[in-house]
Amino acid sequence: MLSDTERRELEDAVKHYPDTRGATIDALLTIQRRRGWISDDSLLEIAQFLGMTVEDVDSIATFYNLIFRKPVGRHVAFMCDSISCWIKGCEQVQAQIKKLYDVDLGQTTSDGRLTVLPIACLGQCERAPAMMIDQDVYGDVTPEQIEQIVEKYK
Amino acid sequence: MERPLTQHILHSDGSTRTLREYVKDGGYRCLKRLAAGLAPKDVQRLVTEAGLRGRGGGGFPTGAKWSFVPMGPDAPKPKYIVANGDEMEPGTFKDRVLMEGDPHGLVEGMILAGYAIDAEIGYIFLRGEYHLSAQRLNHAIAEAYAEGYLGKPLPGTGFQFNLHLHASAGRYICGEETALINALEGKRAVPRAKPPFPQTVGLWGQPTIVQNVETLYNIPHLINHGADWYHRLSRTQDGGTKIYGISGRVTNPGWWELPLGITARELLERYAGGMANGARFRGLLPGGISTAFMTEEHLDLPMDFSSIPPEVGRLGTATMIVLDDHTCPVGFVLNLEKFFARESCGWCTPCREGLPWVAKLLTSFEEGRATTGDLSLLEMHTKWLAPGHTFCGLAPGAMAPLQSALKYYRDDFEQHISLGRCPWSKKSAQQRILV
Repeated sequence: MLSDTERRELEDAVKHYPDTRGATIDALLTIQRRRGWISDDSLLEIAQFLGMTVEDVDSIATFYNLIFRKPVGRHVAFMCDSISCWIKGCEQVQAQIKKLYDVDLGQTTSDGRLTVLPIACLGQCERAPAMMIDQDVYGDVTPEQIEQIVEKYK
Repeated sequence: MERPLTQHILHSDGSTRTLREYVKDGGYRCLKRLAAGLAPKDVQRLVTEAGLRGRGGGGFPTGAKWSFVPMGPDAPKPKYIVANGDEMEPGTFKDRVLMEGDPHGLVEGMILAGYAIDAEIGYIFLRGEYHLSAQRLNHAIAEAYAEGYLGKPLPGTGFQFNLHLHASAGRYICGEETALINALEGKRAVPRAKPPFPQTVGLWGQPTIVQNVETLYNIPHLINHGADWYHRLSRTQDGGTKIYGISGRVTNPGWWELPLGITARELLERYAGGMANGARFRGLLPGGISTAFMTEEHLDLPMDFSSIPPEVGRLGTATMIVLDDHTCPVGFVLNLEKFFARESCGWCTPCREGLPWVAKLLTSFEEGRATTGDLSLLEMHTKWLAPGHTFCGLAPGAMAPLQSALKYYRDDFEQHISLGRCPWSKKSAQQRILV
């Protein structure tokens, strides 16, 4: 069930659009911020709130890179693998993450601490290779720095 | 050299400008001119005379775009203005620089564009990954509401504008204006058929202008200083400055606001400091990955919307990605096509099926399994996915770098076939020896 806080946040989001379904993305992001990911139950609650079918909301949820329909770790590392980062060695950075934390792209560490995902160009091309953990962006990343960066996220 | 858009943005410190600083430097001054009798049609005329062209990659004349919006007392209400801040084109980071460094410039640009087409509601559609931009824009919007620039009738005009920031959740196709409109309506973000064009039937069926962020930043300045001044900023017939960027193996990757029409050679040598130690220039994508490669022979072309011959390519977003001799051109193009295959919305079959096929073919080159037949198949795809065969511009855009790579780097493709491996890959060379 939506908590009172969640309900208030969704009611606020809906105000910005002439049609409630305009707030679908806001609703998905809001609930995900609170609960970590979008479960089937969450999907149903959002659909009921917005007056949409579950399938309709799911067709939006599954469309976007930043909506998680599976549980993720306490932190999510987004590894930019687009062209400028690829030229500057993003594959070596990824390999270092795998070596240190035994986790491939799309996987979560066994202690539930970190999920590692590929991401489309982060728009940090002048300081490639770049990555983002949760909402923090890191540029000019070298494999040697990975441990120091990731250790901030427990 | 004047840099109206970025003169107050520092390269180094990543700071932002407060409302107080923005106003001290002449920000929101335009709004008084509206009250002094500058009518919406006057703003439209100024934008047309200034020769402002869309900075999102298309280069469509902004004034012409606005001219399709129904005006006058019988025009449908409400109308919408939407800032396209879904900057997901790989290699492109210019709008981020503006939104992080000077968020009020976008708010003011939106108010003025809204006024020009009599749109009382604006949305900033921002890509979900730009958290710092979101934070700063939301703060700027709140400040603008508190000051009465938003949410209250502008003195002397009767025009009142409301603005909301919509954070998206990450999908490249949302940068296409009709997909963006679907996304904003809370629908699956697939493109819409055109016509009808958004200028008449857009967001929730109402007249809508979707405009790139950098384009909107230009509007306050060209209203303050006039069309002649705006033309003088540029070296060519297109008005204004442009934010150019360079990434790849160059000495100083970065961004610079420069006169439109500067050459790629000047950018590369004077601003980016030339190629990084030990790397040799082989080519560049002039503006994002949906543009065709340019090589040494094109480096002296003026980089604007009018001077690059169509058979060579187009400027795109003007944020260049450099290919050097340490980088395999086939691997480079494979990276691009994987991106396009992943980001295809799946709505139309040629794009949904064709792009993964292209990526698989390029993978076979990189893994040393390709044949000359695969080379022909790649060439056929550049025709099958050309404009007219797909629902929107995504797949044709994906074919621009591939087609030009097949032209300029054909020897490299053929070498992958004849050697049976990627000449740049140490790993595959070792594997071959072991076999």
